[in-house]
Amino acid sequence: MQRRVIFDNKLLPYLLLAPQVAVTLVFFIWPAAQAIWQSVHIQDAFGLRSEFVWFENFTAIFTDPNYVGTLRTTAIFSVSVTALSLSVSLLLASLADSKIKGAAVYKTLLIWPYALAPAVAAVLWMFIFNPEIGSLGRLLNGWGYNWDYRLNGDQALTMVILAASWKQVSYNFIFFLAGLQAIPRSVLEAASIDGAGPVRRFWSITFPLLSPTTFFLLVVDMVYAFCETFGTIHALTHGGPGKATETLIFRVYQDGVVNNDLGGSSAQSVLLMVILIVLTTIQFRFVERKVHYS
Amino acid sequence: MLTRRTLGLSTAAFALTVSLSGAAMAQKTVIEFWHGLPQPLGGQLEQVVKGFNDSQDKVQVNASFKGSYPETMQAAIAAFRAGNAPHVVQMFEVGTATMMAAGPAIKPVHELMKETGAALDPKAYIPAVAGYYASKDGKMMALPFNSSTSIMFYNKDLFAKAGLDPNKAPATWPELIAATKALKAAGVACPFTTSWPTWVQFEQLGAIHDTPFASQSNGFGGLNAELKINAPLYAKHIQMLVDLQKDGQFKYGGRDNKPDGLFPSGECAIIQGSSGLRSRIVKEATFAWGAAPLPYWPDQIKGEPKNGIIGGAAFWVMTSPKRTPAEYKAVSEFFTYLAQPGIDAKWHMDTGYVPVTFKGVEKAKAEGFYEKNPGADVPAAQLTRTPTTENTMGLRLGNLPEIRNIIQEELEKAFQGQQTVQQALDSSVQRGNVVLRNFERANKN
Repeated sequence: MQRRVIFDNKLLPYLLLAPQVAVTLVFFIWPAAQAIWQSVHIQDAFGLRSEFVWFENFTAIFTDPNYVGTLRTTAIFSVSVTALSLSVSLLLASLADSKIKGAAVYKTLLIWPYALAPAVAAVLWMFIFNPEIGSLGRLLNGWGYNWDYRLNGDQALTMVILAASWKQVSYNFIFFLAGLQAIPRSVLEAASIDGAGPVRRFWSITFPLLSPTTFFLLVVDMVYAFCETFGTIHALTHGGPGKATETLIFRVYQDGVVNNDLGGSSAQSVLLMVILIVLTTIQFRFVERKVHYS
Repeated sequence: MLTRRTLGLSTAAFALTVSLSGAAMAQKTVIEFWHGLPQPLGGQLEQVVKGFNDSQDKVQVNASFKGSYPETMQAAIAAFRAGNAPHVVQMFEVGTATMMAAGPAIKPVHELMKETGAALDPKAYIPAVAGYYASKDGKMMALPFNSSTSIMFYNKDLFAKAGLDPNKAPATWPELIAATKALKAAGVACPFTTSWPTWVQFEQLGAIHDTPFASQSNGFGGLNAELKINAPLYAKHIQMLVDLQKDGQFKYGGRDNKPDGLFPSGECAIIQGSSGLRSRIVKEATFAWGAAPLPYWPDQIKGEPKNGIIGGAAFWVMTSPKRTPAEYKAVSEFFTYLAQPGIDAKWHMDTGYVPVTFKGVEKAKAEGFYEKNPGADVPAAQLTRTPTTENTMGLRLGNLPEIRNIIQEELEKAFQGQQTVQQALDSSVQRGNVVLRNFERANKN
């Protein structure tokens, strides 16, 4: 038998929904509509003159040889950040979940980085990686390894990937830990009695049972890597050297805010939105099939 | 009873004070002023504003810090779009073309002064400064305030260590190259670096050698200007930097002012950067240092090296639908106060920015500032050493911040060996011209 709540008042359900709808309209639909409107216009910085240009802003993006490079950088960056933060946090969570002394301390410490603002975190990374004042940077140069992310694109990209992943590890860690704790001990104990080693137990029981969490984090991390890593890149490399660390979201900011090209920047955000919608759909259609929801 | 009477009296007195000060507040015209100077400069600027507020009782100027220059620009633009622009905004020099193209969004200073019957003589200003902020027909569009230029600082201790004369800075590029060689031989890890790579190694280089950065008199002639930085002078110069970098005589320290810290820390022996770096060096350097003009190429120059161009910022008057004539009048009083030689000289001596008026220079001289601070006169001397030509007035290019970034990106690729210097310059010109065409298109009437 199913229990249903019946509203006598026809208005009440709408009223209860209204705040959520209002938030969605004001903070999502309206800006998105604005972006689409801007993307088909060319406008001066002050918004005094506006010209409707159909899809010129989009053709400008696709004919810009640098945009392909930015797409490539974004792909490398996002995949690396997602893979790195997922694997490291899963490892840390598995370790913290086992019975060790002071587990509470480890757990708390691992969650801390999440509370740090990206700009502050980036400054801390600079104190590590800067070739002149950074501890690791000085060490590397002292050993004769030519470390200078201001002129070496690969080094710069590695650095921002590390910094961006580190930030997301704590977030993933919380979810993985919760996921791990929800796995029934009895199943694991039964497997132990049957003679399964820790590795076998992990891959045959823990990992499949954890897959809803992993899938959720995969989607969230991908969106994070695409959209929320702006602060880290802005503070560390400004997209340089050359365009070595320029991702799509950084370029949207650069063109829109610094270069006052609202049309081009909006066209790029619309594209970014499309890319994310496609990626998320793919993930839900194909990856989710492998997820076990209990 | 006495107590009650006193209480009653003091209450009445209090009420009177409140109503009086209320009346005074009502009479005061409030002017919003947004600036982009971080500490300690921002505080010094707010002191200047306070000086104006204390000097009279009609106008109250509220100065507020809006972030870096680009952020201040963005805030002002957003505020204008919302119909809420500040009365006065401080805008960095590379935003000049954008502001001039803004048409009804701004009120040119010459117009403001004429309407309010105040006097502002463009001839009082150093030509390199006035020219940068003047319209095609020589009328002042903004009020120049904090201007800098780029010069060279060198570490005298390291010069002595390398067997160089510490009291003689390299005057030409061949001399500078020889000096960096000696410094490297003496074990200096970073003989030479540059801040603001585009401003110093392109814009100033062009001005000093009287070579155009862009066509149409560096953009002063019209919105259809095209970049000219793939000319032989630039190619030779940048090739030299790339070669020096390969040999360890030059170090690329990053974009914009990121490399600033490399000099006061003693890491780099020579830096070319903003004259405003001086105050930081005075505070942080633990070695003997000197200041000198930027070097030049003797074989690339006809006659003497020309004046350098300015950096820094100026004050622009913005419009808004609800502006009253009284508010414009108040702004013009504020500007008249700022334009006084005394204010100019004090700002120059306190901060390391150059004086923007001739009288300001004289005043600083008369107070013996340059005898007490050797080298502090280098920036102004470099700015005024020759009459300005069409190549030394400055740049009037739309979206110049974007063009600067493009050049820095291409330069970085050349330093990494991913492309030749000529490729970097050609590609900068090609990408920069796209930016200029887009600006032209968005701003044509």
